[in-house]
Amino acid sequence: MTTNDYIIEMKHISKTFPGVRALDDVSISVETGSIHAICGENGAGKSTLMKVLSGVYPVGTFDGDVVFDGEVQAFRNINDSEAAGIVIIHQELALSPFLSIAENIFLGNERQRFGWIDWNRTNFEAAQLLMKVGLNDNPITRISDLGVGKQQLVEIAKALSKRVRLLILDEPTAALNDADSAHLLDLLVQLKADGVTCILISHKLNEIESIADKVTIIRDGRTIETLDVGEGSVSEERIIRGMVGRDLDNRFPEHMPTIGAEVLRIEDWTVHHPIDHERVVVDHANLSVRAGEIVGLAGLMGAGRTELAMSIFGRSYGVGISGRIFKDGKQIETKSVPAAIRHGIAYATEDRKRYGLNLIEDIRRNITSTALKSVARFGWVVEHEEIAVAKRYRTDLGIKAPSIDSIVGKLSGGNQQKVVLAKWMFSDPDVLILDEPTRGIDVGAKYEIYGIINQLADAGKAVLVISSELPELIGICDRIYTISGGSITGEVARADAEPEHLLRLMTKEKERDTP
Amino acid sequence: MSILRSAVGYLATQLRQIGLFIALIVIIVFFQVATSGTTLRPINVSNIIVQNGYVLILAIGMVMVIIAGHVDLSVGSVAGFIGAMAGVMITQWGLPVWLACILCLVIGALVGMWQGFWIAYFKIPAFIVTLAGMLTFRGLAQIALDNASISPFPDAFRTLGSGFLPDLGGGTSFLEPLTVVLGIVSTLALVASSVRGRFTRRKFGVEDEPLPWFLAKLVLTAALILLVTYLLGSYQGTPVVLVVLGVLVVGYSAVMRRSVFGRHIYAMGGNLAAATLSGIKTRRVTFLLFVNMGVLAALAGILFTAQLNLANPTAGTGFELDAIAAVFIGGAAVTGGIGTVPGAIIGGLIIGILNNGMSILGVGSQYQSLIKGLVLLAAVAFDVYNKRRGGRQ
Repeated sequence: MTTNDYIIEMKHISKTFPGVRALDDVSISVETGSIHAICGENGAGKSTLMKVLSGVYPVGTFDGDVVFDGEVQAFRNINDSEAAGIVIIHQELALSPFLSIAENIFLGNERQRFGWIDWNRTNFEAAQLLMKVGLNDNPITRISDLGVGKQQLVEIAKALSKRVRLLILDEPTAALNDADSAHLLDLLVQLKADGVTCILISHKLNEIESIADKVTIIRDGRTIETLDVGEGSVSEERIIRGMVGRDLDNRFPEHMPTIGAEVLRIEDWTVHHPIDHERVVVDHANLSVRAGEIVGLAGLMGAGRTELAMSIFGRSYGVGISGRIFKDGKQIETKSVPAAIRHGIAYATEDRKRYGLNLIEDIRRNITSTALKSVARFGWVVEHEEIAVAKRYRTDLGIKAPSIDSIVGKLSGGNQQKVVLAKWMFSDPDVLILDEPTRGIDVGAKYEIYGIINQLADAGKAVLVISSELPELIGICDRIYTISGGSITGEVARADAEPEHLLRLMTKEKERDTP
Repeated sequence: MSILRSAVGYLATQLRQIGLFIALIVIIVFFQVATSGTTLRPINVSNIIVQNGYVLILAIGMVMVIIAGHVDLSVGSVAGFIGAMAGVMITQWGLPVWLACILCLVIGALVGMWQGFWIAYFKIPAFIVTLAGMLTFRGLAQIALDNASISPFPDAFRTLGSGFLPDLGGGTSFLEPLTVVLGIVSTLALVASSVRGRFTRRKFGVEDEPLPWFLAKLVLTAALILLVTYLLGSYQGTPVVLVVLGVLVVGYSAVMRRSVFGRHIYAMGGNLAAATLSGIKTRRVTFLLFVNMGVLAALAGILFTAQLNLANPTAGTGFELDAIAAVFIGGAAVTGGIGTVPGAIIGGLIIGILNNGMSILGVGSQYQSLIKGLVLLAAVAFDVYNKRRGGRQ
């Protein structure tokens, strides 16, 4: 094969962030006119690789070459890559909700005459593009009136308006229902026939099997292998093995659990999307956690794990919530966050900067924010008690900071995470839900966090850990639930927790009632 | 040497606070020289306090609202409306002054509940709700007064705005004795509480400001209080407004620094989502904040009306802007979460002294507005610059 058979070749790409090697000598070649899937666990480096490709990380900030059309490219920004015909569609759609379909399609690329928008051309060309992607809506419809599936198609129409030659889709079907997903996948096959090459980042292995020509597996910032899917020679099992195939060395502290009575049980828990009320985000979920037990909740991004946790925690997420919560065998209501905290439930968020911490405030005031009343008399904070509390947690959890008056925003990720844990430990809960407790922190800090989780369990707390890192869950949990498409798809004891088995459950499609 | 360096390093982190203090002193000294001594004459100092009391009271409520991440544009109209109500109640209905004042504060609280409801529970941005309030309550003020002014008021009411505490020396002593006693008592209270606080923090091993800085700040503040005491004492004594203001500053500073309620306000302004997920009842806190603002606006309205001896349908126009400017000059952040009551008071004093000094110098109102605008911009620009520099370190 000559070079021209490849539309894009990425050669020996390495990219380092402070303290983390995100990509390590990654090479990937995509044949012209093919659908090439990229697979890997969350954090494996897929998004970073695509950002290198599309110029989000400009030339010079990484090592290696990006070869497009046989020529080495030096993209300085996303405009450069778009000019070359590369368009990336992110998981969070970049559409302006109050503009029309046509306006969105030509945003930044307006059909104009002497500096004025040519509305006839705009709407006419938009209609043509919509036809191409199989969308029947009027181009003057507002984006906010469309569902996510249709919005996704508008994004593709927008890409086509830019004469796209290489289309990159990041988890395009994560938020779509089955019908919309099928339509989207059909469209990609059709575009392929029209000569558009496509890179598809996906967790959904059945999709890859059905439409991709090749699949490249990335793990820990390295390319593991590229497999031919075409001849049906690659099974989901094979892909899964590639994705998880790493050793579980002793990155986890030893722990012997002492498991007591059931503390929390959820029955028939169903949650709907806050904007799209029809969409079921959590579907009749059942789970339970016992005292002293560390239970994992394994799911890929968009599977409904955070939504499940936050809806339990004072209905902080979702609408149309139904189901029952039992605490120590008694049914309880957790209709608000204060109610959930009163019932001894704590939820440490996956997004500590947005939902977990007051970054402009100091360690002490962050820690006591969940239960300030317990260091106060008649509404007045007793400062020395508060200081004592903050100091105790700083020592116990090993928060590395000059003092308890240090501003939290200036701490490292690992230390910020410890402040989040401290803050929830201070609310003295019986159940701790820890959502991605080790996201974005280094290996050493992870080990310490695992140690803290073990201590919490030893103190008789029921701990539910949400994570998309399987080795982590297998390393620290006594029992693991898997969640996919909002449904609990499996429950696996520690002894039976094999990564392949779990990943199969995590990618299992919901069984549907046939109409 | 290292002590010196750490002290300098500490001062760098406190640049904003020092800058504010220095700005205040520079402005005072400048006008003292420019007006050849008029600025610090006893009668003028007394006037500055009496004439700015209501803005400072509004600034206290406003800094709390702004720390929580909101804003209140209606306070000027609310103050005007309450002044109108005071006029109607006292002169037309013939209510006793004390009853009228209590009713005015109650009406202020109701106004706050009304706005707080829409903001906290109906989730309309405070900017919109209070903009609507600005128009609504201006309208109500005009309706209550039937578009005419009410004057004069009984002496008992006027005392609230422009009166002084009784002269215990019978007007014969060199310094008015009650003022001297109050001045010395508050200086001692300040010194005692600062020293005690420092020892407590020492005892619990909390990082604290370096000793020289602590002493310098304490001595300066004490000197300032004593200077004001001397100046007031050699005129007519302590203005009633100053007593009200002093109580409010001490009380609200404590609330913001040490109460659970105050902490919740800072937490909401710093990160509303995190505060909500920490179990803080953010809606209730927001509601109470606006109720509080309503009561303080009512108080400002009462004092202003009493001071002018006039209830006027246009009274209070533009007060909200002075209060907001005071808060931002005092170091609060537009995004919320940052700000202090003393800062807002100093910000308000800077504006007040600028107004006063420029009036004495006969600077036209067009230039006064221009200069105030530039001072506000410079103060916030200094903040932003400072933050950016801090971020790079």
